[in-house]
Amino acid sequence: MEQLVDLDFAWSILPDLLRAAVNTIVITLVAFSIALVLGLVLALMRRSPLRILSWPAATVIEFIRSTPLLIQLYFLFYVMPEFGLTLSAWSAGIAGIALHYACYSAEVYRAGLEGIPRGQWEACKALSMPRLHAYRCVILPQALRPIIPALGNYFVAMFKDTPVLSAITVVELMLQAKNIGSRSFRYLEPITMAGIFFLIISIVVALLVRKLELRLQLPSTHTRTTA
Amino acid sequence: MMEWLPMLLKGVWITLEITVLASLLAVLMAFVAALAKLSHWRGLRWLANIYIEVFRGTSLLVQLFWFYYVLPLPPFNLDMTSFTVAVLGLGLHIGAYGAEVVRGALQSVPRGQIEAAIALNISLLRRFLRIVLPQALVNAIPPATNLLIELLKGTALVSLITMADLTFRASQLVQLTFQSREIFGITLLLYFVLAQCINFGMRMLARRFTRGIVREQH
Repeated sequence: MEQLVDLDFAWSILPDLLRAAVNTIVITLVAFSIALVLGLVLALMRRSPLRILSWPAATVIEFIRSTPLLIQLYFLFYVMPEFGLTLSAWSAGIAGIALHYACYSAEVYRAGLEGIPRGQWEACKALSMPRLHAYRCVILPQALRPIIPALGNYFVAMFKDTPVLSAITVVELMLQAKNIGSRSFRYLEPITMAGIFFLIISIVVALLVRKLELRLQLPSTHTRTTA
Repeated sequence: MMEWLPMLLKGVWITLEITVLASLLAVLMAFVAALAKLSHWRGLRWLANIYIEVFRGTSLLVQLFWFYYVLPLPPFNLDMTSFTVAVLGLGLHIGAYGAEVVRGALQSVPRGQIEAAIALNISLLRRFLRIVLPQALVNAIPPATNLLIELLKGTALVSLITMADLTFRASQLVQLTFQSREIFGITLLLYFVLAQCINFGMRMLARRFTRGIVREQH
């Protein structure tokens, strides 16, 4: 009678899985930092009064958000070399997932920016502040605070999307688990452990985001929302 | 292009089949889990919470691989075709997200509506179907549209468990013809068009649902 779960086997593959898990975490951190910056740029472009900036930004955001990450990765990895841009699997993977989530975070930024009362803009204009200065010192500090939870959720979502990178041969947690499975003909332990790992990280990050949300709440906005 | 386009369109058909079947399962699971989560019985609430957290907290690809590689082996011995795995995996995954959407929508119906229905002695089932649900669905449509597009995008992953969907055909044709730019470009466009169809369909549905509902004047 075979055991349901072979604990010795699970223990023996743990180091391999943890090493791959580090890859997963590194990919997420690097890609999310890029997505945060690129997303803000896209959001500002989309809100720009210049058609030549707002139109391409809106098209790119809409297109990338409604097509699968997997094909975008294939495109970056297999098609870009034709245009003279050869990327390693790692850089194509990070670039692809960062671009994908930049478009999601651009929409989050946009929601935050639209939540700023018009009066703030008018006050900046009355003080004859340059537009960039107004963004940096007046608008963004107010716009960013309420969208931090939404951005945190996309961080978790991106983290859970990293297994897609395995399709272009990036060895992250999922591919490592699958490799162990095909080597040992035991899939139950490695894939379940990968799942548990994702579950733990997403629950922990969700808790952190909630904590951050409470910390960042200004006393005045707090009373305003409860009133 | 003419020689491979029909092959690609055959993949679109599979993608559509999976999307439709999985979204039906997702809607069912979303309602079951949302109602379970709102129930008075603690055991049911727990079950719903576990389902929602597990399927939202682990990655979709991990779930698909789990169904595809782990279930056929002992101790489960549950051999499923990749089509079944695709529908089941996507349906359960999106259903878990949908449960939160449905719960939010059901809770957004003002309590006064339910109290009025109780006061008029309308039965529980009728109250749910005729009073709560029509109002809740209106609120559920925008997030549900996003989830359906997520589902459509998720179907691309079933190519990794050897399901011959649009993505699978595309990468196969690229290996045959080496026309990677055209094939992947058109594939992206096809997904974009499908997503726009979902957007359009849901907007029509929203119009149908809001018919007869009086919006509050501000």
